[in-house]
Amino acid sequence: MKIRNVGREDKIQLQMTPMIDIVFQLLVFFVMTFKIAQPEGDFNIKMPLAAPKAGAPSDDLPPMTIRLRAADDGSLASMRLNERNIESFDQLRSLIISLVGNEQGPMGDSVSAEIEIDSDYHLKYEHTMAAVTAISGHTDPTTGSVVKLIDKIRFAPPRRR
Amino acid sequence: MRIPEPKRSDLAEGDLTPMIDMTFQLIAFFMVLINFTDAEQDQRIRLPVSDIAKPPDTAFIEPRTVHLTDRGMVSFRGDEMPMVEFERHLRRDVQELRNRGKSVTDVTVIIRADKNAMSGQVQEIMQECQRTGYERFVLRAKSPDPGG
Repeated sequence: MKIRNVGREDKIQLQMTPMIDIVFQLLVFFVMTFKIAQPEGDFNIKMPLAAPKAGAPSDDLPPMTIRLRAADDGSLASMRLNERNIESFDQLRSLIISLVGNEQGPMGDSVSAEIEIDSDYHLKYEHTMAAVTAISGHTDPTTGSVVKLIDKIRFAPPRRR
Repeated sequence: MRIPEPKRSDLAEGDLTPMIDMTFQLIAFFMVLINFTDAEQDQRIRLPVSDIAKPPDTAFIEPRTVHLTDRGMVSFRGDEMPMVEFERHLRRDVQELRNRGKSVTDVTVIIRADKNAMSGQVQEIMQECQRTGYERFVLRAKSPDPGG
């Protein structure tokens, strides 16, 4: 009996080229579509239609209104909180802290306080957002955490030009 | 005279394993980092910056993203329109929600407005949404650039 080719191992030739092709195509796709998205954050605003008529806030705080006036080019011309002139958003924040305290402060009225933002129609939105930021809270420089001020923010009906 | 044997023409076999390893790792890296939330973003919109705006802790149940460009065009659910047509699209969305047995009060309207858009138009968006029954709103801002 003749035994043939015992022990001889034929190497199976794997075709790597198609796989490498497709892998490189995938790689190029992901590299081309990759972009670093800047983190985005939110400010919650609850505004049911009947809110302004639903009654005054239950606490003793007077209703607060911030009035933002715009210059012709849409920049911020002036700012008033309850008829009091405000020069900067830092001053606005300090005033809000003095009025309502904050979460860590002695007064602790920030939870129930409510404020209405009344801005000119053509005011650039970035100024409104700066006001919302100043009203909502600030970053504690020592801990780096956000200290909340006023959570209930409403918007007045738009002022037509 | 002895004729030398012709040289064997064996192909040089490079070891492809490290390259394939590395390539797969790169693909895995990009796949993990790919941003699937791009669908709700509009690259034309430059959001205002806020240093205390934080990403939401939990995902919204029924989010509706409204984009407002600096030219006053509204983009809602893939359609771009002027402000006067926005209400019609909102009513259609409310009808779709009702057909699905959902309540409009469960919806959170995410407003992504350009920093140079007019504040009055943002207020108009909120007003139109209020008229059609939406109550929850979210103003979106971007965190400051860490590089300054």
